[in-house]
Formats: sequence, C-alpha cells, structure tokens
Amino acid sequence: MKFSLEWLTYFLETEASVAEIAAKLNAIGIEVEDIEDPAEKLEGFRVAEVLTARPHPDADKLQVLTVSTGEGDPLTVVCGAPNARAGMKGVLGVAGAVVPANGMKLRKSEIRGVESNGMMCSVRELELGDAHEGIIELPEDAPVGEDFATYHGASPVFDVAITPNRPDCMGVYGIARDLAAAGMGTLKPLREHDIAATFPCPVEIRTEDPEGCPAFYGRVIKGVTNGESPEWMQKRLMAAGQRPISALVDITNYMMLSFGRPAHVYDLAKLSGPVVARRARDGEQVLALNEKTYTLDSSMTVIADDNGVHDIAGVMGGEHSSVQPETTDVLLEIAYFDPEAIGVTGRKLGIATDARTRFERGVDPAWLDEGLESLTSLIKRFCGGDASEIVRAGTPPTEPKVIAFDPGLTARLGGVEVPESEQKRILEALDFAVGPDWQVTFPPRRHDIEGAADLVEEVVRIHGLDKVASVALPRVEGVARPTATPMQALERRLRRSAAARGLNEAVTWSFLPTRQAQHFADGDALWVLDNPISEDMKAMRPSLIPGLLSAAKRNADRGAAGVRLFEVGRRYLRGQDGSSDEHPTLCVLLAGEKTPRGWATGKAAKFDAFDGKAEAEALLAEAGAPVDKLMVMGEAGGQFHPGQSATLRLGPKNVLARFGALHPVTLDAFDIDGPVVAVEIYLDAIPARKGKAGFEKPDFAPPALQSVERDFAFFVPQDLAAADLLRAVRGADKANIVDARVFDVFEGQGVPEGKKSIAIEVTLQPGEKSFKDEELKAISDKVVAAAARQGAELRG
Amino acid sequence: MSEHEQMAHEASARIAGAADLNALEAMRVEYLGKQGSISGLLKTLGKMSPDERQEKAPAIQSLRQTVADALTARKDELEAAELEARLATETLDLTLPAPAAPKGSVHPVSQVMDELAEIFADLGFAVATGPEIEDDWYNFTALNMPESHPARAMHDTFYFPDTAPKGGKMLLRTHTSPVQVRTMMAEGAPLRIIAPGRVYRSDSDATHTPMFHQIEGLVIDKGIHLGHLKWTLETFLKAFFETEDIVLRLRPSYFPFTEPSVEVDVGFAIENGKRILGGSGDEPGHGWMELLGSGMVNRRVIEFAGLDPDEWQGFAFGVGVDRLAMLKYGMDDLRAFFDGDTRWLSHYGFSPFDQPTLSAGVGAKA
Repeated sequence: MKFSLEWLTYFLETEASVAEIAAKLNAIGIEVEDIEDPAEKLEGFRVAEVLTARPHPDADKLQVLTVSTGEGDPLTVVCGAPNARAGMKGVLGVAGAVVPANGMKLRKSEIRGVESNGMMCSVRELELGDAHEGIIELPEDAPVGEDFATYHGASPVFDVAITPNRPDCMGVYGIARDLAAAGMGTLKPLREHDIAATFPCPVEIRTEDPEGCPAFYGRVIKGVTNGESPEWMQKRLMAAGQRPISALVDITNYMMLSFGRPAHVYDLAKLSGPVVARRARDGEQVLALNEKTYTLDSSMTVIADDNGVHDIAGVMGGEHSSVQPETTDVLLEIAYFDPEAIGVTGRKLGIATDARTRFERGVDPAWLDEGLESLTSLIKRFCGGDASEIVRAGTPPTEPKVIAFDPGLTARLGGVEVPESEQKRILEALDFAVGPDWQVTFPPRRHDIEGAADLVEEVVRIHGLDKVASVALPRVEGVARPTATPMQALERRLRRSAAARGLNEAVTWSFLPTRQAQHFADGDALWVLDNPISEDMKAMRPSLIPGLLSAAKRNADRGAAGVRLFEVGRRYLRGQDGSSDEHPTLCVLLAGEKTPRGWATGKAAKFDAFDGKAEAEALLAEAGAPVDKLMVMGEAGGQFHPGQSATLRLGPKNVLARFGALHPVTLDAFDIDGPVVAVEIYLDAIPARKGKAGFEKPDFAPPALQSVERDFAFFVPQDLAAADLLRAVRGADKANIVDARVFDVFEGQGVPEGKKSIAIEVTLQPGEKSFKDEELKAISDKVVAAAARQGAELRG
Repeated sequence: MSEHEQMAHEASARIAGAADLNALEAMRVEYLGKQGSISGLLKTLGKMSPDERQEKAPAIQSLRQTVADALTARKDELEAAELEARLATETLDLTLPAPAAPKGSVHPVSQVMDELAEIFADLGFAVATGPEIEDDWYNFTALNMPESHPARAMHDTFYFPDTAPKGGKMLLRTHTSPVQVRTMMAEGAPLRIIAPGRVYRSDSDATHTPMFHQIEGLVIDKGIHLGHLKWTLETFLKAFFETEDIVLRLRPSYFPFTEPSVEVDVGFAIENGKRILGGSGDEPGHGWMELLGSGMVNRRVIEFAGLDPDEWQGFAFGVGVDRLAMLKYGMDDLRAFFDGDTRWLSHYGFSPFDQPTLSAGVGAKA
C-alpha cells in the first residue's frame, strides 16, 4: 500500500523525518518496501513564465518561446503545445533534468535550426496525471523560479506491506494510529460531521442474507454534481497509485485508502425497487466494473434490486448502476460482509480488488455510521446535494470481546520486561480498554486478537523488538550428542561416496511432464497436480531417472561428451489409504563417454551396463548392504534394455537396486543418444546393520597357511548365468573353498555349438595343515561334480 | 718384466679393448678355456718338481688372476653400457597426460544442509522429516490456518485432485512447518528439532522457483521466550557465516502459526555488485535483506499437536536453504540450482571431503 507523507501528516501530528518514520514503521511491523521521493524525480523542473511566443520560422506546429525562470537572461525554448502563449505560467525542464515519464535527459539542442534550452512540460510527462493535451498551465500567482516540486507540494511516498492480520492498517489513519502509539507523534482528531438529513430515504434497504451481509446501511443524496475531485485528493490518490476518475469514485477510493473502509455509490436512476443484500441465484450473471461478465452461484452474496444484481458484495460493483458524469442522485452503501464468504466468492470468481482484500481480512464493524457520515460529508462538500436520513438493515457484529491478561506474560513469552504502566499505555493508545484487573477489551476492528499472546505481541512490537535481549538456550551438559537418524546418516554417507566416485550431485524437480512420469510409473497411479505451474511440472516423479535423464540431455546439448550424475531424493508413490508413500532413493545416471579418446587408450569408451553394476555394488557396499549375498535377477523394468539390465535382490522379493542400460525407446522418448546407463538404489529397502551398534570390530584372524589357487575351465550351456556356476562351485566344499572368480568367458572356435566356456579360479584355504595331493584331488572332484549339476563339463 | 708379466700386461690391454660381450667371451676361451693359453701354463705346473713348482707357480697364478679380473671388470663395463643403451630406447614423453579420474561433487544445497545439521547438532537440535505430499490439515489447519484463511491464498499452493485419507485436500507442502506438528504429535515435549527438505510454491522467476528448500527449527520447552529465539538465530547465523559481524533486525510480522511473529532481516553491504553480509543495514552503503520468518509457536498449534499450551511454549523459524547457500557461496541465479548442468555443479559443488565439522569449520573455503 502506498501513501504520501503529506497524507499521513493530515492524520498524524509529527516532526519526525521520513527516515525516522520509515524506521518506526518497520519496527512496529509495517514493512517499508520502498520510499519514493517525487522531489528527486522533479529535480530540474521549475515554475517559469512565457514572456514571448512567436511561430517557428521553419515549422507550422512549433512555436519559439522566450521563457523566464526568474534568474539570468530569458531562455529560448521551442515548444509544440497549442496552448503555449505569452504571459502564461508553466513548468520548464532545464538542461540536465530527466523527464519522469520517459527517462529522457534534457539538453540544449537545435530544433529545425532554432536553439532550444529546455522543455515546457505536460501533466503526463511529469507523471502527475493522464492529461497530455498541451503543457501545464499554472495559476498567475505561481512564483517564477521556484522548484516545481516545492510549488507542487510533492511529498515522499511510502510503499508498505500490510500483513493480512491487520486490515485496520489498510488505511492511512490506522497506520497513523499505530505510529502515534509508538511515539511518532499525536493522532489528530477526525473532522466532526453534522449532516442535516433533509428527507426520509426513498429507497428501501434489506438484508436477506444475514450470514453473508449482517449489516447494510445506506442513504440517498440528491442533486450531486459528479465533476472532478479536489486537487489535494487527486494528489493523494495518485501518490497511492490510483488514477483519479470522478469526484464520486475518487471519494469512495479516498475513504477506502484513508480508513480501510470500502463503500459503494450507486446511480439512483439505474435502480428500481428495494435494494437488497441476498444470495445470488445459481447461474445469475452480472456485468462488473471491469467490463467482464461473471456467472454467480448461491454461495455468493450480492446487492440487487428488482432488475437484478448491481454489486458482487464486497468484491466488485456492477457496471449498470455505476456513477457517471451525468449522475445526479446516488445511493450510498456501507455494509459489513462476512470475511470468509468474501474470500470464497473472490477465489471462485478470481477477482482481486482492494475492496475484497479489506473485506476478506475484516473491516471495522463498529464504523458503519461514522463511515457513512464521513462519506456523506465528503460528497456534500465536493459534489453538493441533499442527504436523506440513514436507513439501516441488520446489525454488525460489534459485541465487545474481553481477554483476561497477565502483564507478566510479556516477560515470560516476549522475553522483555515492560512496566505495567507502559503496557497499559500501549494498549490504550491502540484503543484497547484496560480494566483495573487487567481485563482487556479490544476494539472490534482488531479481528486478529484472539488471546493473551496477541496482547504480548502488541506490547512488544510497540515497545520495540530491539529491546528484547538475546538469552542463550540452556545447553545439555558435555559434548553435543549425535542427532542424525540412521536414514540421514546413510544419505550423507552415500552422497559423499558417490561424489568420491566421480559423480556430480544434481537436484532436479520433483515434478515431471506427465508423459515422462507415465513412462516410469510401471502402471502405478501417479500424483498429478491440479494446478501445475506448467505442463512440464505436473506429475510427481515415480523414479529419479527421468529428471537426471533430462539433465543429461541438456548437458549433451551443451556439448558434454560424458555425463556422470547422481541425485538423492524421494520417489512419490501412493499409499494404500490414499496417503503419500515417499521413498528415499539414490539414482546414478551415466551417459555417453566413460573415457574420452586418448593417446594411450585409443577410441573413446562408452558406458555399459557393467559400469552401472559397479556403481550399484560399490554404493550398496558403502551402505552396509551384504553385497556378496545379493542376487542378480531380472525385471529391472520396461524402461531398461531387456537384455542389459538387472535387479539386485536380497532374497527373491526384496529389490535393493536396479541397474542397466536404458531401453532405446526410453532414449527416444527423451531425445538423447545412447548409451545411457542408470542405477536406482532403494535406500529404505537396505536392511539395517545387524547386531549391537557398538564400535568394536571382530577379532583379526588371518589364516596361518597360504591359500592355494586352482583353475577350472568348463563348457556350459550358453544361457547358464555365470553366477549360478560360481554359486555351485563355491558351495561344492564350503570348508575349503573361500572364493571362486571367473577369469575368462569365451564362445567360438573350439567351443561346441550352444555352449560357452567359463574359466574359474578357485581359492582354497588350508586350515591347520597344508593340503595333501589326494585332498586337493577330492576337492577338485567335488567342484567338477557341483558344476556338472549346472550342466557344466570340465574341458579336456 | 718377466715373460708372465709381459703376457698379463698384453692380455689386460686386449681385454679392456674388447668391443662387445662376444669378443670378450672369445678372449676368455682363448686365455682361460680348456685349451686356453693360461690354462695350458697351469697344466705345466703338474709336471714340475716341487721346487720348480714353488718357484714358478706364483707367477702363473698371478697371471691367471689378473686376466680373470680383467675379464670380469670388462664384462661389468660392457653390461652396464648395454643396459644404458637399452634404457635409452625406453624413454617416455612424460609431458603426455596421465589417465584422468573423474571428479565428483556434492550439490551446494546438500552441503549447506549438512552444515546446518552440524551447527544445530551442537545446539542440541535433532533432525526430523515429514512427507512432501501433505494434506491440508498438517500444512494449514493445524498451523492455525483454517480453510477460509487469507494466508492460505498467499501460499500459492499446488493442489492434487485427491482427497486425503482423513478428509481434506492433498497438496504439496508449502513450507516445512507441518513437520513441527507431526513431530510434536509423535514425540511430545520437550523438543528441539530442525526439519530440512523440499517445499513447493506456485511461483517462478529469477529468485523464486516452484520447488525450493527450507529448514524449519522448533523448540518446545518450559520457559522459552523471544529472547531465546533471538539468541538462537544470531548464534546459528554467526556460526553458519563464520563471522561475528552479523547484524540482525527483528521486525514484527504475521504468521498464523506463531504469536508474536518476527521477521528477521540481516544487514549487508554491496561490494562489486554482490551482497556481502555484515554490518548494520542502516549504515551508509548498506541495506537490510529479509532472511527468515519466525515467532513464538501459537497456542493453537501446540493444542492441535496435542500438547498443553499452558505447560509448554516455544519458538519456530523457517529459512530458505537455497538462499543461505547463495548468500554464503555467491551464486546469483536460483534456477541454476535445479538444472543439473555439470559445469555449474563442478564450479559451485563441493568436494566429498568438505564434510562440515565443528573443529575444521563448517564452511568450505573457496
């Protein structure tokens, strides 16, 4: 909200400077977002007198003026305004001044061969209004040479943010009241009104919707002239960013901005029959002041007459009965609308107006009569006319509310000792009534006050938050205890492990284009936003792969040959009961070149599925998962290459990770060239470490004797998984075989059709004594027999 | 010079001049082989009388020794020269690049969250989490924002069409504050937690993204007041920025879930177009920047969480993690945080070994 210093000091007697006022506003909770000093904008613009005016020798529409600025020789100025003439006074921008409307810096120039030393300005050029037909004409008594800013009474403008709990400060008077309470001056008494009501109100007013419109007061004024509003009012409105329209409209806007009190003025000639606050009928329509037609429903309160709706109550007026320059008789409306209902209506219709903002937060329910008197007074002063008696329908909710307050709470909650007398003074300055027993009655306009804590806030903010001293939180004795949960500790460990493995951590959006999310949903229902910011951010990710894949694509488009990314974040699935089921996940994505072409290695090497397996196993090992017990199984998902992907499972059901090369269809869908390898590790599927969470490691017991290696080469069926053969070999003699490792896989010459050759190095560990030849032979036989059960035959 | 000495002299000279190992071997055979000349002389000793042998043997033995030594010496020389010559052919151009290992990085948001967790661990705050897809009861109602509350509209909330299990709408949490309620309900009081995580608002420009990161702080205890809040914020910010020169300005504000509510600004100066924290915002060349929102937890929130507000009170605050990262480490475009540009990640990201610790300082020096 914007207001000028001049406006504020109309209500507040103060000697304080702009900076002091701004600091105090911030201190009491009215945040100053900006201070604009129009005098700065108007620097270099002076009151000037046109001494002579003659036609430009070379241009029909231009005149050459001599202009006096009160000092030195008169200046020659070329001017195109038709109203420029000798003897008039206006505003001259001298060389160096910057025209506020367009930022143009004025300088000495030559216009069609005639020197020009400045510019006579229009209202629009100085951003003082819309008029641009001709230059400003100042009254004859305007002092030549004076800074125009001074002459014009340009006043600094505060732009403040009012928090939604303080609708009472959505008017300059309310801000003045807060400032006065905080010692920034004295609140001036408001003008007394003594309106002579000369006839009974000819219009019947009713409220048929006491919930939505508990109170509706009105009166008629006949014989008004709806010309321009007074200049001082226009200046204040313009300072607030409002365009002056007509006296009647300006006066209602002025009421709203001065007192936070929206009101409405109807052209009486356009009304017929009783004027009633009622619920709209479903489907009823109204053409509003913004020239849009709205379709209403029965949850919305409207003001209507026999012919239909004239006002979406508290939100926006109707076009049909709006006041016009020729309007002579008017009906004034001051009502109290239910804040919640206004909010619902405003949201449903998507209308945001100053009136809605105030009604929605709650106007002063006790200020209907006075408000109507103020409004009448302003209209009579500036538009003339005779006022009728006031008619009142319904009653506003003004019953006083009382809180039992313990002034000791200010120290206990607010952390600052404020003498009781000062607490009382502050509350009373804010119009709270403090009883002798600290029963505090608060003004009905303070909808934000609910309990004692609110009173502490009032006292502390006016007393000054800067007076609250810092007090150390009590510390637990000794060194701080660890605080991370096991999952947090795991995530931190894996994040740094992944980075240490050469991967760059990315953070990508939690939402995806629906098509991408669908591709990774595996048929599960997605979480899809109702109101996404764009179609690209619509569905919550069921996998981290698509986000990283898009990032890899962007990197590739920027020319990156190889991309190694990872992310630690959540996948969003659905719980059985409709709640959110979020799974902490680590995703690795490897795209393009693993190593670039090099002098030593030759061609660039691309990532393949085994790079994915390496990351999966290394990170799972770091996570404490029993990697040697994991089974490599299928079903990584349709997004992966069916023959180059796998899952890592602990038992047949518990999938700890999936990895592999992505399916060409997936790559096509993301418009990225392969190969791309992805790994997804399901952090919440990793079993917690077993046993006590102690620090002691098991005893170190290296074997006494050296181990023995024996090599075996088998022909096996082509589709036999190497892991199956290894498991069989390892299990052949668990007492002696400690490891078995594939060191060669071969198909082709010398290997029978439908077979492949797998060579395995078996490590045997003797216990107390070295193996004898016959023992080694017996172990070998067991290995061969176990392998045979997998369809393997020893190569001759 | 005797005949033998003459012979030793000549042989030594020939051996020293042997061109290669083959020539040397030929000489060994010539002198010391089975049919060699010196071997022949040695054989004559057997046929001599003891006296004659006594007289002649030393000279012949000496001759044999001299020649044998000369052969060994020359052999060592020739072998050393040969090795030298072979090594000369094995020279590598060590200006060629060594195999490169990829260098990974930790995202600034993660780094800053770890830093904050470290600082707050020292102050006794545990880390709590909650779901990001919330229902409107936790996100709004329990935080004293009933359905019609104007503040709800100010949150630019993303909604789902789905109904929550216990009624109400499902939405993306607009702040980390629902974790306050969840943790109070689950753990009761007293309580000190921080809750970091992703939050969502329907807003997008250079300083706002529809997803960003917040960290929530909550203390519920007996006798906690605004002074404790002020100390906690000052203490954490000084620790985070590792400077004593942090000036805070507390402004009364409004959040439905705190009463009183306090907005916190921090003083900064503009240097080379960047905001540098420090000093009072009222000093010349300085300004104030909104940093976080906070306040004393509203009684109603404590009640909603099932605790007795006459027994327990406390404070809460919420601060943007991305923003803290930008202020500390100098990024100026929030959108880049979520792009995954590996150049940006390498530039602004952190080494995995920049693990924040209190003893080494929580921040990672540039």
